[in-house]
Amino acid sequence: MSTSELGMPRMGFFTDTSVCIGCKACEVACKEWNLVPPDAGPTGSGPGTDTDIAAMDLLGMSYDNTGSLGANTWRHVAFIEAEADDPRQGDVRWLMASDVCKHCTHAACLDVCPTGALFRTELDTVVVQEDVCNGCGYCVPACPYGVIDVRPGDGRAWKCTLCYDRTKEGLTPACAQACPTESIVYGPLDELRERADLRLATLREAGESRAQLYGRDPDDGVGGDGAFFLLLDEPEVYGLPPDPVVTTRDLPAMWGRAALAAAGLAAAVAGAFLGGPR
Amino acid sequence: MIQGSNFAECHPVGFQWVMEAKARGATVIHIDPRFTRTSAMADHVVPIRAGSDVAFLGGLINYVLTEGKEFRDYVVAYTNAAAIVTEDFQDTEDLGGLFSGFDAASQSYDISSWQYEGAQPAAAAAGQRDTGPASQAGRHGGETHRASSGGQQYGSGGASIGAKPNRDETLQHPRCVFQILTRHFARYTPELVEQVCGISPEAFTTVAEAITANSGRERTTAWAYAVGWTQHSTGVQYIRTASILQALLGNIGRPGGGILALRGHASIQGSTDIPTLFDLLPGYLPMPHAHREQDLETYCAADAGQTGFWGNMPAYLVSLLKSYWGDAATPENDFRFDWLPRIDGDHNNFRSVLGMIDGTVRGYVVAGENPAVGGANARLQRQGLANLDWLVVRDFTCVETATFWQRPEDGRPEDVGTEVFFLPAATHAEKDGSFTNTQRLLQWHHKAVEPPGDARSDLWFFYHLGRRIREKLAGSTDPRDRPILELTWDYGAHGLIGEPSADAVLAEINGAGPDGEPLSAYTQLRDDGSTRCGCWIYCGVRADGVNQAARRRPGAEQNWVAPEWGWAWPANRRILYNRASADRRGHPWSPRKAYVWWDAQARRWTGHDVPDFEPGKPPDYRPPPDATAQDALSGDDPFIMQADGKAWLFAPAGLADGPLPVHYEPVESPHRNLLYPGRPVNPAAITYDRPGNRFHPPGSDAYPYVLTTYRLTEHQTGGGMTRHLPYLAELQPEAFCEVSPALAAERGLRHLGWATIVTARSAIEVKVLVTARMRPLRVDGRTSHQIGVPWHFGPNGLATGDSANDLLAIALDPNVHIQESKVLTCDIRPGRRPGGPELRELLADYRRRAGIPE
Repeated sequence: MSTSELGMPRMGFFTDTSVCIGCKACEVACKEWNLVPPDAGPTGSGPGTDTDIAAMDLLGMSYDNTGSLGANTWRHVAFIEAEADDPRQGDVRWLMASDVCKHCTHAACLDVCPTGALFRTELDTVVVQEDVCNGCGYCVPACPYGVIDVRPGDGRAWKCTLCYDRTKEGLTPACAQACPTESIVYGPLDELRERADLRLATLREAGESRAQLYGRDPDDGVGGDGAFFLLLDEPEVYGLPPDPVVTTRDLPAMWGRAALAAAGLAAAVAGAFLGGPR
Repeated sequence: MIQGSNFAECHPVGFQWVMEAKARGATVIHIDPRFTRTSAMADHVVPIRAGSDVAFLGGLINYVLTEGKEFRDYVVAYTNAAAIVTEDFQDTEDLGGLFSGFDAASQSYDISSWQYEGAQPAAAAAGQRDTGPASQAGRHGGETHRASSGGQQYGSGGASIGAKPNRDETLQHPRCVFQILTRHFARYTPELVEQVCGISPEAFTTVAEAITANSGRERTTAWAYAVGWTQHSTGVQYIRTASILQALLGNIGRPGGGILALRGHASIQGSTDIPTLFDLLPGYLPMPHAHREQDLETYCAADAGQTGFWGNMPAYLVSLLKSYWGDAATPENDFRFDWLPRIDGDHNNFRSVLGMIDGTVRGYVVAGENPAVGGANARLQRQGLANLDWLVVRDFTCVETATFWQRPEDGRPEDVGTEVFFLPAATHAEKDGSFTNTQRLLQWHHKAVEPPGDARSDLWFFYHLGRRIREKLAGSTDPRDRPILELTWDYGAHGLIGEPSADAVLAEINGAGPDGEPLSAYTQLRDDGSTRCGCWIYCGVRADGVNQAARRRPGAEQNWVAPEWGWAWPANRRILYNRASADRRGHPWSPRKAYVWWDAQARRWTGHDVPDFEPGKPPDYRPPPDATAQDALSGDDPFIMQADGKAWLFAPAGLADGPLPVHYEPVESPHRNLLYPGRPVNPAAITYDRPGNRFHPPGSDAYPYVLTTYRLTEHQTGGGMTRHLPYLAELQPEAFCEVSPALAAERGLRHLGWATIVTARSAIEVKVLVTARMRPLRVDGRTSHQIGVPWHFGPNGLATGDSANDLLAIALDPNVHIQESKVLTCDIRPGRRPGGPELRELLADYRRRAGIPE
């Protein structure tokens, strides 16, 4: 049952990257609240495990030493150094964007979860129940964004819960609470979409010709995201897939064709027995 | 305007208001040697060579003056533009880079030729405080000033200058300040700015037009700065240049204007208000000198009888003495002025470090600092620590200052004789107290949890230290113990660990009247001993017995000035000198910029903020000739802490290195001083040229690159609060430098490879980030490369690396003794550095090539 059927608004994130100052407070607040382990140091001195992509190394990806979303990183701030459009703004353009689980309308992770550990909450967010997950990992390749991940040494799948333990009590998620510039905003999705549309219009008017909303459209390949973004450039620049599609989109048709094929095979086998010469 | 500050990275919470202003249409301009996270948010970015900001700001002043863009009515009425300076004054333009009064032997100025014509020289008694060449100059300036960083004495006010000067309000007199200023900055043209700063005339014009179009009756421009301006051998003059520009544009004392000193550490503003500095008492009262200020009267003589609010200095000091010694301080015993400690020269922190090495300083208490990583010339700092008898370190984590002996500079750990006491400290969440930060705003914080284990608050430590010392001295009849035994020392220690009450401390700071009732304003302070006050500028923070700093009324529930969020000194005023937001007659300059104004019906000043003016003094008040203190200021003199009530474009007193700012190169620079080739650096700068602290000659080929140090959002200063925390350490895990692709190619540096950075003091190894955010500039006809190095790192904790401050020399601004840590020269080479004797040999080889002694 969806939130609209329950008469509740769908809740989500709007991340406006045009005002992100790259402070990473969202990353830290997320880990603090959700007790997400830190990455380990190169000498293994850190308390976490050392197989995460980032470990505790200087990655050389501008000021990003986290690398990507993962089991131990539920908010990730990307730093992209690009050529400037406007010479008045200097030689370079430094884009910063806080990425997070998209809480898709059509969530493939949830579709493929055999145990029901992944479920859709009354706020229309997608959450893994850590005490139910059996670590099968089907959800990992199912995610079109590469968000959900299995934690080494633990075996279970982890990702952003949109701070379900906070939001179900009416509180703001930790990252949005910590964000100093309101780059991350939490609220009813329809209100966030309205806010985003206005902001996009303002930026376009100011000459940000490539500014665009990402995950805003309910008709896209995942039915729109519960966590959507305002980007200042094409999604690929930020390492986001340009046209994500729910990986289970073709499953019904595939199952249909499989059933048809199975039926045909059964008929052929039966035919072989029935119609064959004796 | 954000210049000398990486606002977004170093003050991310405050930066939300910049973003809010931007959303409401403000234009944000960032001027910085590097393209930072602040630049990424700016509308215009102007790269500048580190250490050349005075030339750029001087260029803007010249633009304003030559284009006639000053806010004329404001300038004539509220600045000292019309004041006439004595015939004896000679400018740097006359003397090739020096002002009149310079004494080469002592590298200091006699400031007597900088005086106003018509004003009396400073009170005669003040002369007794000075010795040497400045003896006629009064105590405000000169050698003593330089040695004891006297400039900080004026942190909240002005310097004594005697009575009001002769004025020419047509601004035509050749010796009026306006004309002197015009001549002084005439050579700061866009072409010179390009040659010195590496800023194109187009970029210069963009900024010049933006700020002048956005200043005047209807609009105001604000300038935000931080340690990118202050930490220079001419740091105070950086701020002075901006002050002159903002005063010319009418942007002081008005909403949306000002020069905003961004405060990076918790309560760094508070630590000068109620100081941790050797030469100041609370509220910027100067610390008395041994053998000069023998009694209260001679101490106050330089200011008592002066004009402006500093004329009330006796009331501030007597109330402080009453606060310290209570009933033991009486008029008969001079309120125990003789019990105050005295200074006898330069005791700044760096002087103390050299004293450790020289064996004259034997013990050291370090609370909440990590000089082994964060001090300028950190290697020298560690050498000093190794030569102590004992060292006390109080911090959250075991910082390098407590563990320096594990890796001594020379020799083995067992050879270090220093006895180290490490005492764990409580964090801000584990104690009550206040922060005083940007905007002089006091905000109270309440304890959330008990400190763990043996961790204790600073208040607990110093209270119980004092209590135990007093117990040990109890019964002593030695006169030298009386000041300690008679101290008022009761702060309501309570609970299991005997935690003193922070509120009781606040009550002492706020002060009390004859019946013990809390005072509500510093104007209530008296010099007869009837009032007590721990810090006169904080008087009123606990008015009516209520902790005003703890107020948190939401912005939506009060007016836009938000006077009920925290408390700002003085008197909860949010904008200082706000009388200047109204014109001479007391009307707002424009309805759009109305802030405080004269209500002619009620015959009082009123407005959105607390007026920074005597509430009942009408705009047309003119003082009688013999008036003193505030009574000597007219109804249109907004700058009430200044003796003449005006904003000083020209500073006739109060500065050790000149009445006007001058572009000098940093103490270390690859470039010559294009303005004054014979005077490459600030002639009054303080340098300690000695082994371990040698300087690079100007233009040295051995050290051809400019280096600047800075902070990252992810770490705090010397790293004691952050490098031990996994969640922060993983975000910036190790030391690095940032170089441009061009420099990387020139020196063979590889992205994520190692680089060794070398100065005469030390060499460090760090990882390399090659980024287009660093860009070479064209300076004086050639390419100038800049290298950036964050200074957080050290060997302890999770995020580690060599300390950038090992590279620095100790070179100081002569006014406030701040170190020049934002610009130096260096060499950079690929690969890792050697250790031990090979490292020493590498440094010696460089020094030999540069012609520097051991």
